[in-house]
Amino acid sequence: MSALEITGLTVDLPSGGQILHGVDLVVEAGQIHGLAGESGSGKTMTGLAALGLLPRGARTGGRIMLEDAPADLLALSPKELNSLRGKAISMVFQDPSTSLHPMLSIGRQLTDHLRHHLRLDRKTARARAVELLTQVRIPNPEAALGRYPHQFSGGMRQRIAIAVALACDPKVLIADEPTTALDVTVQAGVLRLLRRLCDELGLAVLLVTHDLGVMSALADTVSVMRHGRVVETGPRTRVLTAPEHEYTRALLDALPDHTPTGPVDSPRSTS
Amino acid sequence: MTPPLLTVSDLVVQYHRSGAPPVRAVAGVSLDVGPGEVVGLVGESGCGKSTLARAVCGLTAPAEGRIDFDGTPVRPLGVRRRDPALTRVQMVFQDPYGSLNPRRQIGAQIADGIRTAAERGEKADGATPQQYLTRVGLPESAAGRYPHEFSGGQRQRIAIARALAARPRLLVGDEPISALDASAQAQVATLMRSLAVESGAGLLFISHDLSVVRLIADRIAVMYLGRIVETGPTAEVWDAPRHPYTKALLAAVPRADGAGVLPTELPGDVPDPAAPPGGCRFHPRCPVAFDGCDREEPQLIAGGVACRLYAA
Repeated sequence: MSALEITGLTVDLPSGGQILHGVDLVVEAGQIHGLAGESGSGKTMTGLAALGLLPRGARTGGRIMLEDAPADLLALSPKELNSLRGKAISMVFQDPSTSLHPMLSIGRQLTDHLRHHLRLDRKTARARAVELLTQVRIPNPEAALGRYPHQFSGGMRQRIAIAVALACDPKVLIADEPTTALDVTVQAGVLRLLRRLCDELGLAVLLVTHDLGVMSALADTVSVMRHGRVVETGPRTRVLTAPEHEYTRALLDALPDHTPTGPVDSPRSTS
Repeated sequence: MTPPLLTVSDLVVQYHRSGAPPVRAVAGVSLDVGPGEVVGLVGESGCGKSTLARAVCGLTAPAEGRIDFDGTPVRPLGVRRRDPALTRVQMVFQDPYGSLNPRRQIGAQIADGIRTAAERGEKADGATPQQYLTRVGLPESAAGRYPHEFSGGQRQRIAIARALAARPRLLVGDEPISALDASAQAQVATLMRSLAVESGAGLLFISHDLSVVRLIADRIAVMYLGRIVETGPTAEVWDAPRHPYTKALLAAVPRADGAGVLPTELPGDVPDPAAPPGGCRFHPRCPVAFDGCDREEPQLIAGGVACRLYAA
């Protein structure tokens, strides 16, 4: 079975009517599945549904199966969901300045759920936190544990947010526009980090982004969403170079630098 | 050659902090924008590009250096109303959700711009808010509606219509597209360019997105930590960047070519502008720094690059 399987997902909001009309997605372990589309296409809602974070009053249909979960995620009680969230499946949000708690130290934010989910003692949790910060390349991790989010730059904060998400060794990571709030130079570092973590830990990543450049750099498989439906799914190279759906083509044509080959011959490594 | 519309010379802008030395957000920048010319200013966040834009519009007072618009110095905005001559500089802000008044109809807000032009004593050309809306690609019926009824891209078009209604000779866009959807970004940017060039106005377009700037700018200026490190015609800077920072910026842009190539990372973070490194400001992150880069601060040479590799 795949790490995450979403079948026929529908979401109805009390205010907006049906916003997802049957979304099918399969995310494999060790793979990055990109979800593209304009804002309002429902890509973020799909990610939130997998974590049971939909707005209050939302009604859902279809199934979301997680490898480690006992049953359909949509049918679980809040208590059962709580035992999975942050442990089997976790999320990285767009803006690291709001997704981290400004008044709790990095150490506290990294160890709270470790101690809750894995019942680690203070010392073991702390050691694990240092290990995580090293993994996401935060310089001087021991000292970083005692510091607060505002003492880090945007790129560092997003790395910390990724460390928080990875703390309990989840099988599935949902990354919702993880680099949109960052500068290109910083974005490059975070993209490399995500790719490395995915390869090393065998993580299944659902990458939600509107940036097709990011998609091209990172995703193995790409799905394109429009108006609450997936219009096209396929291997990254095929979807981005020979799109089958006219909407994908329109998205690509709207890019400012859409030329099949990069116009700059600056050195780019593939490692 | 026509004299430049906007001349910024050796501009320094400082932010004062209590109990700490001031931050030099802009540390000696010189820049020209000619009539009908589009200049793109790019750089990472915190490099001072927005501060420069604010100083050009008189929203922030410079500490040193001067800014001349059309031959007269730009006076910083005080408690009195803005100098009418300066209303010929108009700005489009980053966030169209914050820059439009949510409680007034679109038409009334664009009419403010038309009135501004009239108050300068210019002969009115009889253009109505509806006509400005048509020019930015919105229906005339939009005039009677409120900002919340529009998407981000549409709101930014409205903000552009409002700025154009004041018939500016210089339009300043401070990250006007970064709050928009990818599919709307290129459209809004090209719209700004064509409208500015059409009306003979200069455009100073600030963005961190190089691929969009490349699309619309005649000239690019790359800023790093309060200084311009490279400037030149767009095609030259894009095809043959010379400053190591420009090279790194270009290499970091991921391309939607489906090749799965991870962009190159520029190691390190932008240093604290309150305590910039000595010598060349880029040397701690520079992949090709050599002996002396930490001592000598390179100046922008005639060729448009501030790097010791290209020193005469």
